[in-house]
Amino acid sequence: MDTVTREDIRKPENIVYQKTKLMTDNTLSFCPGCGHGTAHRIVMEVIDEMGLQDKTIGIAPVGCSVLAYDFMNIDMVQAAHGRAPAVATALKRLYPEKCIFSYQGDGDLAAIGTAETIHACNRGENIVIIFINNGIYGMTGGQMAPTTLEGMKTATCPYGRDIKMMGNPLKMTELVATLPGTIYVTRQSVHTPANVRKAKKAIRKAFDNQMNNKGGVSFVEIVSNCNSGWKMTPTQANQWMVDNMFPFYPLGDIKVNED
Amino acid sequence: MKELRLMKGNEAFAEAVIRAGADGYFGYPITPQSEVMEYLMAQKPYETTGMVVLQAESEIAAINMVYGGAAAGKRVLTSSSSPGISLKQEGISYIAAAELPCVILNAVRGGPGLGTIQPSQSDYFQSTKGGGHGDYRLIVLAPASVQEMADFGFLGFDLAFKYRNPVLILSDGAIGQMMEKVELQEQRPRFTEEEIIKNTPWAAVGKPTTRERNIVTSLRLDSHEQEKHNIHLQAKYKVIQENETRYETLKCEDADYILIAYGTSARLCLKAVDLARAKGIKVGLLRPITLFPFPTKPIAELATRTKGMLSVEMSAGQMVEDVRLAVGDKVKVEHFGRMGGVIPSPVEVLEALESKLIGG
Repeated sequence: MDTVTREDIRKPENIVYQKTKLMTDNTLSFCPGCGHGTAHRIVMEVIDEMGLQDKTIGIAPVGCSVLAYDFMNIDMVQAAHGRAPAVATALKRLYPEKCIFSYQGDGDLAAIGTAETIHACNRGENIVIIFINNGIYGMTGGQMAPTTLEGMKTATCPYGRDIKMMGNPLKMTELVATLPGTIYVTRQSVHTPANVRKAKKAIRKAFDNQMNNKGGVSFVEIVSNCNSGWKMTPTQANQWMVDNMFPFYPLGDIKVNED
Repeated sequence: MKELRLMKGNEAFAEAVIRAGADGYFGYPITPQSEVMEYLMAQKPYETTGMVVLQAESEIAAINMVYGGAAAGKRVLTSSSSPGISLKQEGISYIAAAELPCVILNAVRGGPGLGTIQPSQSDYFQSTKGGGHGDYRLIVLAPASVQEMADFGFLGFDLAFKYRNPVLILSDGAIGQMMEKVELQEQRPRFTEEEIIKNTPWAAVGKPTTRERNIVTSLRLDSHEQEKHNIHLQAKYKVIQENETRYETLKCEDADYILIAYGTSARLCLKAVDLARAKGIKVGLLRPITLFPFPTKPIAELATRTKGMLSVEMSAGQMVEDVRLAVGDKVKVEHFGRMGGVIPSPVEVLEALESKLIGG
């Protein structure tokens, strides 16, 4: 067997992995071990693979991913807390041929933005919503989220979420799946390479739906960790997610409308 | 060709924004301005000019739809009345911070709280001093007729795009509900995508390989960067003050006393001026057309050659503070107004003038 040289490795046909083209060179502001970076990357890979960079307007929320526009090399609009689906609605109505997506955390999408989420989904806006659910408010220092599990400790439920006092964790994804305006609702994760591939496939399906004018919201939840907020190492956090988050937020497609 | 019609103020505004080439209206029903969306939905501009009309789930969603459309360089607007405008303030602050052009109509009703649906001018502070959080200003136009409701549809968009700033049209139920003859301007085309890319190069419309990505945001984590942006905004507001102050005067040349009033109050004051002059009292009227920028200079100038001024407002006295700032201690400045949606009569205005300034 011939010796493989450095030059051989660099040949385009030999590349097996490289930096995502539509990610900028800015250093990610996310904590090491956080799922946001991977989620950003696979969304950008899909936009790139579909050749949609010049057609895409992304919407960044308030929360850890408020600076998504620093990392995604596309035109972006930063929305007020929870209002991304309203912003997306207007963009898609005014530019029906463009590719519009919002990228939102659980506080943004499932607490303060509940009305905007439900009504955009119910109207059947032809958009993609990427929903990152890590059960906590990461950016503000680890407070209780609408999706915080029963008994889970956060800065504002330091003794664990007490359902009687603080209410139940909200399964927003199951909720929007009941609305006639959603056409594809799925829950994914990015904690293993296999799950990253599945999540990317789901995101691709969501954007395919939009660009093929399937007429409705494609909603992709990604259950993610927040090792800083959960006060765990990244490895512990991923294991805790498997053991605790997935039983309550099971992975897989919830609604798939075929033609 | 120009066209004459008999229309309600709210309908004239709605017709005008279609003709002004608006791309999108996003609203939520509230009295006394629901005719705006009703008229638009009945006209179906989405079948003619292509204008989008959408009833949002809330005032909050509506203003954020405006934010989204404006971020992509479109001519977009919303309309509401006082309680709804309060709900929109967060979005308006974001729009002002991101320097996005848009038009907002407030048909002011008596407050605070749910208040009443009758005409009021008690949102002057909210309109002219910011309204939401942070240091910002809106360009505020105060129509006093159905004609101005229509004209400001055009002017509002033009100023909004000229300065990349939200424009607020401050009306009320009287101006919005009354019918008058109105001359409508010709239909102008909506922006093409080429025009949007050329005229609003900052707009988020999709990144071509030929430029860096466009980011529309109001976030600046670095305090020095934020201050730089604040300084830039303040400089813009100063240019607006220098170039866009609008007002009109009536019988001020020989006047001893000046009434200062906008919108519905200015119409009452027209009659009050006549009543006063019939009694031999030389009274004039200055009507601010822009409330921000406020006509400070002409009011200051009038103060050098008159005996007193009466700010007539349907509020507890809000604009009077700006009149006093303009006048200083040169002449006495008083306020007269009714609140809660009560419209004062011209006779009451004259009595207030006599008791507060002449007899007092």
